[in-house]
Amino acid sequence: MSTSIAARQGAARERRHGGDADAAATRRRRRLLVGYVPMVLLALFFLFPLVFMFVSSLKPDAQILSDIGSPQAFLPVGDISGQNYVDVFDRVPVVRFVLNSVLVTTLIVGLGLVVNSMAGFALSRLEWTGRKVVLTMIIATLIVPFETIAIPMVYWVSKLPTVVLENGLPMYDFGWLNSYHVQIVPFIANAFSIFLFTQYFSTIPRSFDEAARIDGAGWFTIYRRIIVPLSGPAFATVAILTFLPAWNQYLWPLMVVQQEDLRPVMVGMQYFFQVNPAWGEVMAYTSLITLPVLVMFLAFQRAFVSSIASSGVKG
Amino acid sequence: MAIPTQQVAPQSLPGSPPPSRRRRRGAAAARGGSRSAYAMVAPAAFLLVLFLVIPVLLAFGLSFTNARLISPNPPRFVGLDNFVRAFTSDPTFVRSFINTFVFAAVVVPVQAALALFMAILVNQKLRGVTWFRVIFFVPVVTSIVVISILWDFMYQGDGLINSMIDTLTFGAFQGTDWLGNPSTALGAIIVLSIWQAVGFHMIIWLSGLQTIPEELYEAARMDGANAWQQFKDVTWPGLRSTMVFILVTITIAALGLFVQIDVMTQGGPRNATTTLVFHAVRKGYREQETGYGAAISLIFFVIVLVIALVQRFLTREKD
Repeated sequence: MSTSIAARQGAARERRHGGDADAAATRRRRRLLVGYVPMVLLALFFLFPLVFMFVSSLKPDAQILSDIGSPQAFLPVGDISGQNYVDVFDRVPVVRFVLNSVLVTTLIVGLGLVVNSMAGFALSRLEWTGRKVVLTMIIATLIVPFETIAIPMVYWVSKLPTVVLENGLPMYDFGWLNSYHVQIVPFIANAFSIFLFTQYFSTIPRSFDEAARIDGAGWFTIYRRIIVPLSGPAFATVAILTFLPAWNQYLWPLMVVQQEDLRPVMVGMQYFFQVNPAWGEVMAYTSLITLPVLVMFLAFQRAFVSSIASSGVKG
Repeated sequence: MAIPTQQVAPQSLPGSPPPSRRRRRGAAAARGGSRSAYAMVAPAAFLLVLFLVIPVLLAFGLSFTNARLISPNPPRFVGLDNFVRAFTSDPTFVRSFINTFVFAAVVVPVQAALALFMAILVNQKLRGVTWFRVIFFVPVVTSIVVISILWDFMYQGDGLINSMIDTLTFGAFQGTDWLGNPSTALGAIIVLSIWQAVGFHMIIWLSGLQTIPEELYEAARMDGANAWQQFKDVTWPGLRSTMVFILVTITIAALGLFVQIDVMTQGGPRNATTTLVFHAVRKGYREQETGYGAAISLIFFVIVLVIALVQRFLTREKD
């Protein structure tokens, strides 16, 4: 709307000034060129590898290699088929890997939303001894990169107790390696999620709580019936920010899950780490595990982008 | 809500409760409040202690032992042996240390600057600019594992990158086997790492740009400031806190370089791409020397901490 009004005004101005019209038009064209050309070039730079990946996943290996020398590398032409996808499903337990990742990701995100939002609620809206200390400690832990604690953590989880069934009787055993819970439980509580919830909840007027208190509502009721329904954007942000790393987990499952049927999609890719992989199949597999995330991103791009932007408030 | 009726009943009784009882109720409510608070913080606190605090303490503790991942013998205290070994008798560690710094030294300024340039581009009032934002962001939502495999394929001697270089330079420049050549491998990994992550920081710069009021630009234009002067005197000063955040996050991410190395080069060729985290995983996990791996992780952590503190300090000074 506003652009078209501006354009009309500009046109009117040009008519009035007559002789300046050509110069103004040239200036505008130059401005558009300066604005668009770098963006288009960058867009090509960011898209070409992914286009190459999707297109190659539809071609036989020999054609992928022969197309590399020409623009055909980026075009779905020639011997196009879904054969690579069929072969991937035959050769690799793709369905199993995807289900594992879906399970692990869903539980990390879902349980994380509950646990971290409850903590954020208590930290932002309740008065209790030790609140400031706990909040400071949580913010302090934000500086610890996961890579720092990965090695000691493998050692630690290999010593944790677990319950196993022996002849139908529950027994204690030690070691969390090779399980689903070792991929999920360590990532449920998240200091950054707690921080985001605390920030968001503290913007909701306290008079809401007081009114509900007078009506006799307990704190948990206030959390569940008042705060949660008012905090959609915070929940969406935390869900998005925890979804991506959970789906993309690599280092951790690489170390703690050797059993193939428990592996997530990213580690499952090790199937293809060999000297001369079948590149068509590799591209089919990587396309398969990338597409769901891309589709989700495109559908919710506004929420994605504002989540990332709000993660910058830390500074 | 059904709660109000329950509550109204006792209080509306003739001869309302004596003040002492009311006070007791208030105190009980406050106590109940902190009981609820502890109950609601407990799950998160318990998990954070178990999977963050204890591992951090273990990183410190195990660094001074000869702990192994699977061993019949309990860990033995060895003092500073692991650290001495790293700096004096483990050339791969020293190489990892240097590579990690070279990687960060290139990635941090280039990625931050490119991200800012892109943020300024997509902050223009042009039609379709949102689509460019989305496109620049696509690599960020793509797994780094997928991207590493993809670029591994493109970087091959007769791969896509070399054929594109050949076409774009009309055959004037001959590519190489980028990842197989010790003098180009780290550079090749730098390029794909920036390609993957720059969209993230573009969005952060963009949110910083959008907090600068339009009136400031109008005022600058009225004073006759050109585009560069507007950037220098309005945009840049308005982005200071964003810059601190961006520099710190890029630095920490860059120092943690691991996946690209693990997927593409395994630290090779001839240790040209081995990094601190890759070396820590190789020693602490693959060779099961938990104590030594923990020591390397701790060195990595101290570097991260120092850099984060220094960057904060420097930017605070200027304010």
